[in-house]
Amino acid sequence: MKPFTRDQMAARLAADVPEGWCVNLGIGIPTMVANHVPPEREVIFQSENGVIGMGPAPAKGQEDPWLINAGKQLITLAKGASFVGHADSFAMIRGGHIDLCVLGGFEVAENGDLANWATSENDTAPAVGGAMDLAAGAKRLWVVMDHTTKDGRPKIVERCGYPLTGLGCVNRVYTNLAVLDVVPGKGFVVRDLAPGWSLAEVQAKSAATLHTN
Amino acid sequence: MINKIVATVAEALAGVKDGSTVLIGGFGSVGQPDVLIEGLIEQGATNLTAVLNNAGVGRVGVARLMELGRVRKIICSFPRSSDPVVFETLYREGKIELEIVPQGTLAERIRAAGAGIPAFYTATAAGTLLGKDKENREFDGRQYVMERALKGDVALVEAWEADRWGNLVYRGSGANFNPVMAMAAELTIAQVQHIRELGTLHPHMIMTPGVYVNRVVQVDRGGDWLKPEGEA
Repeated sequence: MKPFTRDQMAARLAADVPEGWCVNLGIGIPTMVANHVPPEREVIFQSENGVIGMGPAPAKGQEDPWLINAGKQLITLAKGASFVGHADSFAMIRGGHIDLCVLGGFEVAENGDLANWATSENDTAPAVGGAMDLAAGAKRLWVVMDHTTKDGRPKIVERCGYPLTGLGCVNRVYTNLAVLDVVPGKGFVVRDLAPGWSLAEVQAKSAATLHTN
Repeated sequence: MINKIVATVAEALAGVKDGSTVLIGGFGSVGQPDVLIEGLIEQGATNLTAVLNNAGVGRVGVARLMELGRVRKIICSFPRSSDPVVFETLYREGKIELEIVPQGTLAERIRAAGAGIPAFYTATAAGTLLGKDKENREFDGRQYVMERALKGDVALVEAWEADRWGNLVYRGSGANFNPVMAMAAELTIAQVQHIRELGTLHPHMIMTPGVYVNRVVQVDRGGDWLKPEGEA
């Protein structure tokens, strides 16, 4: 069976976002999550550059150059949207007012550690952006990423090898093969598998034990 | 009479000294004081420490300032962009110093400076490389990192409207780093699209009171940037 596409991963995650949450989406696949939350389910999308209540991407000809998201893409506002500056935006993040943050990842460990900003201790000019603030501050952190690297190396690991973004911060991982909860004191627990994939097959592509309950 | 409006960009940037720490507002192309950056290039101050979110795009603006060898050090959260060629070249050649700061910590360090707080603790970066060489302290069972305030000699900011008191109103996502930087420098200089009569800006819309602002200069970004709000 084929693994989930990027869009399917975003859709799978979006299905688990309930009405009423304030959600910050990282750059890449996380940004695509918003496309899969139906408009009748009211979710407030916060962007770290001080937009609280983003709407869908603008229609052609309707772009406003003053409105962008964290990924520097043009956006619209939802009804009820508001603006703040960076200090207040990150006070909201650091202060635990964001119900969910969705980030990409290089590695997630069974203790909930996340590595997603630098690929070595000697990385030339690593770019952290707001990832560490979000990892430390959001109420929940879900990571969406491929299960393995392009050359097949597991990204679901016992301990991260890359420099950490945050310690014990990840609650759930959505990969192209599975949905895994990170349970403190236990590790990865399988919530869901991509259609046609067996636990044994997904376990073989993981470098940490996958529990079933 | 209080009047912070100056007639020219050169006047706005007069007196910026060599060795200054310059806070530069903006996030992406929005809220970026592009005309003031060009003015700083003209003005000539060198050996600068630039504090901003990114490290310049292409060969214009901050990238141009760096390419001219005028920036000794850059303090930012994300030294990547669609075209970070100038920064990457200088950094590889060891010609520019880099301090990476998580974005929220960068904003809060600047806010602390503006609010008279010398240092604070945050959980951001605790246990990571960026928290390693700092004081770590536990509060209520959680690890925190001590971060120092970051004050500017100069802040360059952009707003949509201003009055002669220097009150600033931002537009769209154009506030970003501007209000916090405006409060944290000895000399805060604002470029704005529109100058309004004193008393016509709604008090609740003024995100940066003029108390924080020293000089205002009107500029024209032109094109789509000048369309009235709400009219795409």
